Amino acid sequence: MTNPNRTQLLNRLWEFQRRAGYIRDADIQACAQWLDISAIEVEGVASFYHFFHRQPAGAIQIYLDNSIVAEHSGFEAIKTAFEQATGAKMGGVDPSGSFGLFATPCIGLSDQLPAALIGFQPFTNLTPEKVGRIVREMKQGASPESICDTVESNIRYLPPEDRTIFFRECETGSALRQAAALGPAGVIAELKMAELNGRGGAFFPTWIKWNACREQPGTPKYVVCNADEGEPGTFKDRVLLQENPESVLEGMLIGGYTIGASEGIIYLRAEYTWLLPRLEATLADFRKKGLLGKDAGGLKDFDFDIRIQLGAGAYVCGEETAMLESMEGKRGEPRTKWFFPVEKGFLQQPTLINNVETFAAAAHITGMGASVYNQRGIPGSPGTKLISVSGDCHKPGLYEIEWGMPVAELLDLCEAEDPYFMQVSGPSGECISMAEKDRRISMLDLMVHKDIRCGGSFMIFNRQRDLVRVLLNFSAFFKHESCGVCTPCRAGNFILQRQLEKLDRHLAQPADLDTIRNWGAIMKATSRCGLGKTAPNTPIMAMEKFYDYFVARLGQPANSLNKSFDLERATAAYEKYKS
Amino acid sequence: MNKTVNITIDGRQIMAEAGRNLVDVARENGIFIPSLCYYAHLEQPLGTCRVCTCHLNGKAGVACTEKVHEGLSVVVNTPELNDLRKAVVEMMFAEGNHFCPACEKSGNCDLQHMGYELGIAGARFPHLFEDRIIDFTSTRMIMEHNRCIKCRRCVEEIFTDDGKRVFTYVNRGNETVVGIDYEQESRLSEAQAVNAMRICPTGAIIVRGADMSQPFGERKFDMESVQVEQAPAAKEPAVKTREKKVIATVSLAGCFGCHMSMLDIDTGLLDLLEFVEIHKSPLTDFKKFGKRCHLGLIEGGCCNSENVETLREFRKNCDILVSVGECAIWGGLPAMRNTIPLGECLEEAYLTAPLHEPGAGVVPYHEDLPKILDKVYGCSEIVQIDYFIPGCPPSATHIWKVVENLLWGEKHSILYSEFKYD
Ligand SMILES: Cc1cc2nc3c(=O)[nH]c(=O)nc-3n(C[C@H](O)[C@H](O)[C@H](O)COP(=O)(O)O)c2cc1C
Ligand code: SF4
Ligand code: SF4
Ligand code: SF4
Ligand code: FES
Repeated sequence: MTNPNRTQLLNRLWEFQRRAGYIRDADIQACAQWLDISAIEVEGVASFYHFFHRQPAGAIQIYLDNSIVAEHSGFEAIKTAFEQATGAKMGGVDPSGSFGLFATPCIGLSDQLPAALIGFQPFTNLTPEKVGRIVREMKQGASPESICDTVESNIRYLPPEDRTIFFRECETGSALRQAAALGPAGVIAELKMAELNGRGGAFFPTWIKWNACREQPGTPKYVVCNADEGEPGTFKDRVLLQENPESVLEGMLIGGYTIGASEGIIYLRAEYTWLLPRLEATLADFRKKGLLGKDAGGLKDFDFDIRIQLGAGAYVCGEETAMLESMEGKRGEPRTKWFFPVEKGFLQQPTLINNVETFAAAAHITGMGASVYNQRGIPGSPGTKLISVSGDCHKPGLYEIEWGMPVAELLDLCEAEDPYFMQVSGPSGECISMAEKDRRISMLDLMVHKDIRCGGSFMIFNRQRDLVRVLLNFSAFFKHESCGVCTPCRAGNFILQRQLEKLDRHLAQPADLDTIRNWGAIMKATSRCGLGKTAPNTPIMAMEKFYDYFVARLGQPANSLNKSFDLERATAAYEKYKS
Repeated sequence: MNKTVNITIDGRQIMAEAGRNLVDVARENGIFIPSLCYYAHLEQPLGTCRVCTCHLNGKAGVACTEKVHEGLSVVVNTPELNDLRKAVVEMMFAEGNHFCPACEKSGNCDLQHMGYELGIAGARFPHLFEDRIIDFTSTRMIMEHNRCIKCRRCVEEIFTDDGKRVFTYVNRGNETVVGIDYEQESRLSEAQAVNAMRICPTGAIIVRGADMSQPFGERKFDMESVQVEQAPAAKEPAVKTREKKVIATVSLAGCFGCHMSMLDIDTGLLDLLEFVEIHKSPLTDFKKFGKRCHLGLIEGGCCNSENVETLREFRKNCDILVSVGECAIWGGLPAMRNTIPLGECLEEAYLTAPLHEPGAGVVPYHEDLPKILDKVYGCSEIVQIDYFIPGCPPSATHIWKVVENLLWGEKHSILYSEFKYD
């Protein structure tokens, strides 16, 4: 039997990381002794998460968002400004050990880039001047907490005529009362009628999951809220947790009531550490009102409480089974499909995992009734969807659209400028061109209706943007974030990156475009989890939809005598020894 | 006992106990699903290598994490699926640094065996040539990170007597390596340590002294194949109608082993010379091309500018070019240096090696000397290569069967035994 303290390993490592600015060898030994496991096992966990350092990483750590939208809004200049102001080189620490400067994938602030986390506090809309000022103030002793920015919610659009679902006026606790009136089977029936699908990207019917978990005999059961929001360009869950965490907690409560669980856990990505005070205050408030704890919400024998588990930097932990591993104090490696989480999830117990937005939607559906909810959206795809818009537009921010809105309308609403290439649902999603602007955003079957699904991220790129650079940015992201467990993703992402680099350097041949397509198909078919299966999506689609663009990027045509091999380049290293 | 369910594999109706592992069920029914990481007795299958990918109810999925259930329909053998599985194994070779001729495990290696079984011949993916360390820290074990395929067997199988792990993955993504806990490792018994070496499907875990003096285990893969051995096609009697052809051969960055192998058909060579004229070749010592050749056989990859020029000469003068052996195909043994920057190699060899008097060494450079390339290139990276004959070296009969096929269209099967080089 594993040590019950094991689930606390990430928290313990965080304590050490915060105390010394890195995790020392002695800390690893201490954890190993505490859990009675070998030191290498602790090392394996610590080295998995990129916010844990094993070398001194500076008293104050600066993480600069290096997503593609950040790259387009001045990442280089901000990086240089930080390097000059702190004396630290990117990826390193300044000589005095005061500042560590690192790049990190999307931190969920794509509507206010360039942005950075300093001491895990948010700093947004950076300019070189602002960077100079921030660093100066910190050198004079100001703490990041005291000078950080207030993160804007940037809610740009709600469905007109009070048709908003996620921001509707409602009394906290009323949905839970309604759930109790409906009974577990009734709640599931409402979710089924509302055709609620998971909002974390996979669009799995929520009622099926809830029902399956409810039918599991084992106890205890757990409810897990996936607040890992790692897909670059996505920040809808962040806005929801900022603006209306009550609805999310209530959704978890209803989930707990429906399946018969006693504990809820929010897995919050470390990038959102700054949201902790707000969330903890809401939890305290819920406890004070009797909505959490013994007989939660006044429901007899429904004992339910919620705690927050902080991640430590790993996109793959958004994958539900990797998240379970991480919550158990392990490396965030996705499990095999030998068991489903509803059968054997957290600590091998039945576990219900849903996205932040899914829980909020479940609360609203229960509260307002599916029949009212279904008056939004289109037949077959009722309700609304939260979309994070970023990139080349004048109004980046959160859009709550009714399902069925055409892409063109969203582009109009956000005042996109010269849109050319749109990335829907993040790098693992799909890209579309302006030829597809009339496609609707909905959950309808894409084969029949040609609609497009959107998990929550909508990035816009104008004609000036270099598509190959976009693909290279995505590729570097996947390579960095692959958990490393299975061959096609671990090696495949690396190999695809090499091919894209060839394209970038104008050395590729037409056959290289075929290899990207074919090798991508191999990754899709053989990878273990969604990360490896979706990583090649965008390059494959982009080459299909923007074929001419890529053909123009090919190198000189090769003949049988001359391939992309360049003798001068290959002998350059040796020429150094000419005396 | 669970209830019995009906499944189909490649169209065959099979009855099996519900919930059992598909790989086992298939095997018991005489259907081989390639696998590498699969270990029958582990309660939760590892599912890391993805070599057992099949179609499960029409969708690609791995067999070793599939429990059989009523109505399951499995497709194992189609050309597409065979290629998919082969590609995954090729990726392992492209990702690691596998130099079988210099590997202790060669001949007993599951990965190498899988390479044979799936018929890997060329290098579809570019070799990544990442610099990976060999960890000599432990006094008993050597961890050869170049060869580890991260199958996870050692992680889940090797524990100390008090239940502590000895191996675990550390880092993430393509930087993932198997870390050893030296302290726990020292507490393993000799038998447990040797067991670690044995369960590793590659030559990544080596126990000092345990393998050098005697081969560990039978060289099991020498003997048997799970492929059906095909009988050689009947020798075509119409040999007399062969037209005389001209061939050329060359050894670039190779060891002449492939040339030695070509000569290895003994008196068969005399028969062959009736039909082929060997033009430019180390065998004839012709320095220049005097005429156009039907076929060029290239041994070795390119490590310097002279190799590149020679290879281009061959391309210009030969109708068909064949890469013979691993070095010509992707670099082979000389490519061992590819993980290390050229400057470091040269300086170590000529300036800092202990044999040199400090300050006296010099890296040779003269305009008459060929220039060393930054890394060793496979021939197909430089010119178009039409065919590849794998092996280190390929066997003589393999080489000449291919030549006979290319020059006169004669059909031969390559026997499993001719395809084995370890
Ligand atoms: C690589 C990867 C990353 C994921 N990241 C997230 C994430 O950040 N947030 C999320 O809610 N779901 C994420 N998912 C989807 C989850 O695995 C899971 O489907 C989801 O949490 C289920 O909740 P839902 O049904 O409410 O969407 C990710 C999946 C994969 C494969
Ligand atoms: S696909 Fe990638 S992220 Fe998923 S299990 Fe495999 S290596 Fe890990
Ligand atoms: S581990 Fe196997 S495949 Fe790798 S070098 Fe050794 S024998 Fe060859
Ligand atoms: S060391 Fe061997 S057993 Fe362990 S993961 Fe690597 S290949 Fe597998
Ligand atoms: S044998 Fe099935 S994944 Fe390795």
